[in-house]
Amino acid sequence: MSERTILTEDSVPKLPRHAKLRFDKPRDKWIILAPERVFELDPIASEVVRLCDGSKPVNEVVDTLAAKYEAPRDVIAKDVIDMLQGLADKGFVVT
Amino acid sequence: MNDMTLVADKPETKPAKKAVGVPYAVLAELTHRCPLQCPYCSNPVELERAGNEIDTETWKRVIDEAEAMGILHVHFSGGEPTVRKDLEELVAHAAERGLYTNLITSAVLLDEKRLMGLRDAGLDHVQISFQGTDADLANRVAGFKGHAKKLEVARLVRKAGLPLTVNAVMHRQNLHQLRSMIDMAVELDAERLEVAQVQYYGWALKNRDAFLPTREQLDEATAIVEEARVRLKGILAIDYVVPDYYAQRPKSCMGGWGRQFLNITPAGKVLPCHAAESIPSLEFDNVKDKSLAWIWENSSAFNKYRGTDWMPEPCQSCDRREIDWGGCRCQAFALTGDAGNTDPACAKSPQRDVLRDPLEAARTIDENDLPDFVYRRIGG
Ligand code: SF4
Ligand code: SF4
Repeated sequence: MSERTILTEDSVPKLPRHAKLRFDKPRDKWIILAPERVFELDPIASEVVRLCDGSKPVNEVVDTLAAKYEAPRDVIAKDVIDMLQGLADKGFVVT
Repeated sequence: MNDMTLVADKPETKPAKKAVGVPYAVLAELTHRCPLQCPYCSNPVELERAGNEIDTETWKRVIDEAEAMGILHVHFSGGEPTVRKDLEELVAHAAERGLYTNLITSAVLLDEKRLMGLRDAGLDHVQISFQGTDADLANRVAGFKGHAKKLEVARLVRKAGLPLTVNAVMHRQNLHQLRSMIDMAVELDAERLEVAQVQYYGWALKNRDAFLPTREQLDEATAIVEEARVRLKGILAIDYVVPDYYAQRPKSCMGGWGRQFLNITPAGKVLPCHAAESIPSLEFDNVKDKSLAWIWENSSAFNKYRGTDWMPEPCQSCDRREIDWGGCRCQAFALTGDAGNTDPACAKSPQRDVLRDPLEAARTIDENDLPDFVYRRIGG
């Protein structure tokens, strides 16, 4: 039986099987599809989620984004983990 | 970074769009045939016979048209959709087009082979309805001995690696099993539990006194759900809707009539909501005659209650008019005889007192005097 997923920098996050990530042309947005739910992702959230493909830990995702946006790593790390934890609690991210 | 919009939950945060927006989901009712006879079935009282069902090629064309319109979800439903032999073919067709495919089923006709076939066809999600947590009660409500089979199939769903939602329609005669229903969903390793309420139109209206819970039952249920949500955070998501008769404000009707959703009946009629045929003044267009996009934009049934222009007072000047869209049209019709009235589930409705008698009945009927069910059967 499952337990609540807690995200840390070492977690390797990905979307669960019941969620699908795709670009939606009519709405011009990345979205996550799940039963009865559509999450529209803003551009930054969609970048994070697209990096979370189950192949790399959160710290690599944070490094990538910190380098790309030349932003302080600890700020990015906090934002990314908060966002992923929120998605995990809604069942859209698993580790 | 946190401003993701959960569209289904927060329609009010979406920018005002032109009247005809892009729909999100289609409910494909493949058939009205079903071995169960649930007395709250949302199918119309006049059930469609097998001979009137639209064929595989028509459904495929409709799926193509849906995808082209920007629809994201296809829910295969019924009746019991697994009665149709072409279900796998239709699921595969929708999945190839990138649509999210959900099977809404009673599960009693499924076995491992068929489930694996559906999974391999690209099915994304399975939703199984349960009528209770013990076989006696569940089978009595369904009018069919299927509870044990449902449990077996739910386990097979997880074995196939498919995500599972347990759908539990709760009411006066099974609300005492809510705690065990939550335990059962966890034990079955479901991702999600939908605690649905009986909606009183069609078959359910015939059975209202048998189903409407008491205030005490409802308050207890709400407390149970709130406790479980905290305890099971990240383990089981629980969707819970309070029965509208006890609410102060109505539910948002399908996120707005003709705004996000379409329903296609087994015979190909396109409805703004699954119960819309209960409103006799509406005329529906059929996918056999017109494209889905044409119907979405032009069908008189969609345009009749779309947006806010049709609204009477108190809705017209109410600041919630684009939040709940004046409530449910089918309920307004069932309770007041005019689908264009404010839903009496709103405390501001001038017809609010139509709820007085049923609520009084719920308060005073003795447990042992509950009326017998009128079961869903072809031919009424
Ligand atoms: S509500 Fe019951 S009778 Fe109606 S379609 Fe669903 S399972 Fe069948
Ligand atoms: S008056 Fe109409 S719009 Fe306002 S809350 Fe009631 S039903 Fe909703």
